[in-house]
Amino acid sequence: MTQAKQSFELKTGLAQMLKGGVIMDVVTVEHAKIAEEAGACAVMALERVPADIRADGGVARMSDPELIQRIMAAVTIPVMAKCRIGHFVEAQILESLGVDYIDESEVLTPADEENHVNKHHFNVPFVCGCRNLGEALRRIHEGAAMIRTKGEAGTGNVVEAVRHERAVTREIEALKTMTETSLKNIAAEYRVPVELVKQVQTLGRLPVVNFAAGGIATPADAALMMQLGVDGVFVGSGIFKSGDPQKRAKAIVQATTHFRDAKILADVSKGLGEAMVGIEIDTIVEAQLMAKRGN
Amino acid sequence: MQIGVLALQGAFAEHVAMLRRLGVTPKEVRLPCDMEGLDGLIMPGGESTVMGKLATAFKLIDPIRNFAYARKPIWGTCAGLIFMARDVGHVQPLLDLLYVKVERNAFGRQVDSFIADLPIPIVNKALGLVDTPFRAMFIRAPIVKSVGQGVDILAQLPDGKIVAVQQEHLLGTSFHPELTQDGRMHQYFLNLVENS
Repeated sequence: MTQAKQSFELKTGLAQMLKGGVIMDVVTVEHAKIAEEAGACAVMALERVPADIRADGGVARMSDPELIQRIMAAVTIPVMAKCRIGHFVEAQILESLGVDYIDESEVLTPADEENHVNKHHFNVPFVCGCRNLGEALRRIHEGAAMIRTKGEAGTGNVVEAVRHERAVTREIEALKTMTETSLKNIAAEYRVPVELVKQVQTLGRLPVVNFAAGGIATPADAALMMQLGVDGVFVGSGIFKSGDPQKRAKAIVQATTHFRDAKILADVSKGLGEAMVGIEIDTIVEAQLMAKRGN
Repeated sequence: MQIGVLALQGAFAEHVAMLRRLGVTPKEVRLPCDMEGLDGLIMPGGESTVMGKLATAFKLIDPIRNFAYARKPIWGTCAGLIFMARDVGHVQPLLDLLYVKVERNAFGRQVDSFIADLPIPIVNKALGLVDTPFRAMFIRAPIVKSVGQGVDILAQLPDGKIVAVQQEHLLGTSFHPELTQDGRMHQYFLNLVENS
């Protein structure tokens, strides 16, 4: 396979256009239209939201291409789709469909425990999850043009997304005062070139757009993540597993724009009906934690 | 000079950074009260449907229209251009300020996004610069299908597709100068503000 024709700056460029926005998981054409109408800046087309994947068990794979195509035809905003970690053929298939972004996602069952997809080989851009700076930089080194926290998908519990975003921030902060030798050591520890670590040190942030994902269920959750420094949010099960998806979707979009304005946050949080039923992370057995997949 | 950047959604931080490099301290606009005292407004790339819905929800449509009617310069890049247009062939909230017909996603999906050396002779001449092309990024970009009366074409791709227009104090580009280090389009807009 040859190097992609499309330059990295076009891949990161689309992510820059998504900033300040909300990307919503949708499983039907009807959901996709509701999401677009509510102000989603993109949708993630999939067969089951993470909460159902978690409940159903079994192997979770790429969605049916026909479903993805129907959703692509139904909306004018960008459409993303998920492939399994390391499953480069699912990625090839998604690229051939013309999806706008591929999420190489721990929400699906990993296909390769050693390797992620070599994302430099593709024209379509990729977003990948991370729990810390090392994971984020390994994914960027593999060609990811956008990063998101892993959080713990399908739980409606924001605690893991907070943990992951705080870890990334703390570790970037630590880079700022590091000497040349320490930078070399940390690059070795992260298993990435020292140039990439130096780039982060200079920028004081990740060199690509960074969204929050995994467990965001309320407008306040979205605004919390934005105040912690992310560029936008993914909402998976949080919208279509709630009592009034349309209203909640719109409220989360507005909260993401006005994330520092507590009065607006209070307004949009009113009368949203039931939020999705959450899960305490401690009650999930170790083997079912999605964030541990793909290091 | 007080420049506002519409900060509802999209790549507004990139416009803010570019303006800072050019010595201007811009103001982010999220609510009608943020429009006070502005001399010019930039509307960034992003998703035009999202921008339109948020502008409607937070009552920004009329203040932006009145700003334009008062002959204050506005520049829309990509989604911003779409939002300014009269007709985009799709039902969504529009400002109806630029008398153009826009085609959204005119080149296709993300895999069809591209970079082109775009001739901008009018802009270069106005800035008194040597006529070199602009390295323009087109990301799921729109084009201007047709222009109405009083709309000048500022830049076209070699195949004739219209990708930059000016209607007196209103400017629209389907590409993203804010994603580059090239400040010429921003300077051109600042000159419009200066002379308005």
